[in-house]
Amino acid sequence: MTKARALPVRYRLGVAARVAAALAGGYAVAALVAIALGVALPIAREEAGTAGALAGMLALPVAAMGCFWAKSAARAWAGILIAAALFGGIAWAAGWRP
Amino acid sequence: MAPVKPGFRPSMTWLHDWSGLVIGWLLLAIALAGTLAVFRPEIGSWARPEVARAAVDPVESTQAAIGWLSAHAAKSPAWYLQPANDRSSTTQALWLDGNDYVTRALDPRTGSPAGIRDTLGGEFFYRFHFELQLPYPWGRILSASAAMLMVLAIITGIVAHRRFFADFFTFRPGKGQRSWLDAHNLLGVAALPFHLLISFTGALTLANLLMPWGAIAGYRGDEAALRRDLYPAEVTRAATGRPAPLVPIGPLLRRAEQRIGGHIGLISVIDPGDASAVISVTSADDDRLQIAHHVISFDGTTGRILAEQVERRPVLSVFNAFYGLHTARFAGALSRWLYFISGWMLTGLIATGLILWTAKRRERRRGRGFALVERLNVGFVGGTPAAFAAFFLANRLLPVAMAGRQMAEVHAVFWTWGAVLLFGAIRRPERAWTELLTLSAAACAAIPLVDIACGTARADGPGLGVGLTALLLAAGLGHAARRGWRPKLRAMRRERAAVA
Repeated sequence: MTKARALPVRYRLGVAARVAAALAGGYAVAALVAIALGVALPIAREEAGTAGALAGMLALPVAAMGCFWAKSAARAWAGILIAAALFGGIAWAAGWRP
Repeated sequence: MAPVKPGFRPSMTWLHDWSGLVIGWLLLAIALAGTLAVFRPEIGSWARPEVARAAVDPVESTQAAIGWLSAHAAKSPAWYLQPANDRSSTTQALWLDGNDYVTRALDPRTGSPAGIRDTLGGEFFYRFHFELQLPYPWGRILSASAAMLMVLAIITGIVAHRRFFADFFTFRPGKGQRSWLDAHNLLGVAALPFHLLISFTGALTLANLLMPWGAIAGYRGDEAALRRDLYPAEVTRAATGRPAPLVPIGPLLRRAEQRIGGHIGLISVIDPGDASAVISVTSADDDRLQIAHHVISFDGTTGRILAEQVERRPVLSVFNAFYGLHTARFAGALSRWLYFISGWMLTGLIATGLILWTAKRRERRRGRGFALVERLNVGFVGGTPAAFAAFFLANRLLPVAMAGRQMAEVHAVFWTWGAVLLFGAIRRPERAWTELLTLSAAACAAIPLVDIACGTARADGPGLGVGLTALLLAAGLGHAARRGWRPKLRAMRRERAAVA
């Protein structure tokens, strides 16, 4: 049995930051996608809410994949923040207030 | 900071490996339970051999059940009934008794649970599939998250997969890691549309819990209004405290059947015996993709229609169709078997994926993490079939009239599960693999044998289905176990030859 090859602390921290971005950030982006559709779609409210849930569930894995594709953990977080700002902005423009 | 791996495909392969690993063991159990839940009513019929299987009319069986409940659960504020039909031999009743929900299978003719062994039947696998035997809402949140991670693992798996179609025709057995990869690829590609569909729609069934923010934002937090709009045929009114008998239930259900133009499904009676009683009837999901297509609420004492809804809103229809694609209650016998077989392939996909994780790393790092994964794999992959088989065995072996039988069967599953996981944790993995696979094979093979020994075996659909599936599984698990026994048998033979 060979000894486990130690990975640099920097790498480990980077992975932890990406996991946090994918789980917490990804979920936040997905929720904002759901909210944006929920308030901005020009259809009945319960229909818009359901469409939001469907889209949010699709956004979650896409956002998570993006976080691990990104060149660095900092970029992953930047991507999450941009996406959150985009969908949060759409929701805000449509009258949503957190 | 460096990327996890340079390049799109390597980084997605990395993500596939790790996301699959962290959720793999839970997904294995969820997939196996879900696969069995395809035959939820049939397993229920198998589990209650006291009830003869015969063509039953859902209306008549509901009428009988409500007659019995009126006499024995009159004080309950709510009854929920899933009528007996051509798939389920009993009516499944759920009612509030004080603060506890009680569930019993009722005879379709007498409406009584007397003389029927108290078992959850297929309900156990159905409930476990998305509630994981955990308190609300944690089990549901956990299984919805597991489903989302499975979507992620499948999409990244497609990216990771280099030679998509060539590999479909590739299987090189007996070559260690390469063979596990071939098997994993084959199981993944052959039923890929199913895997994607079932994991995404599975997450969707719990979307109201996992992703409610759009609706909450649209309604500014007014959940009562949201509920009213989502379920316009739902009638809620406070109990008056004035007693009043229920309207004759048979004619009312016939009327519902006519309006629905098909079978009746879930029936709920809220505040039975009160002047404000409401009887709601939902169409059965057996003749269309969308679930809960038609809902009618009647005044329980006059039979007047209070609210009625046929779902025609486009987004909700799509949502209900996705939901129906997951539950497969629309499916005829052939598609049901296809769901069942695909479910087994998904279970195998998860199991081979977990094994592959260790095979890929066996020659490299083997620290404490590796040992943990390897030992958990042994317990979960090798032992879970035994744990689930324990349910079927307990159903036949526990005394028929035993008190608390329903939970005792469930406990048999979790005690077995705990035991196999402990065994896998402490025993040397190579040995434990062989021994647990042998145990699982024996437990599966015992199901039809015990059934015959108890004199409950029947040559009908559920009887043959459960028996033959168990035997087939036993053969597969036994075949896998044989590889482990072979060197030992050879050594024994050599020894005997040396003595002679």
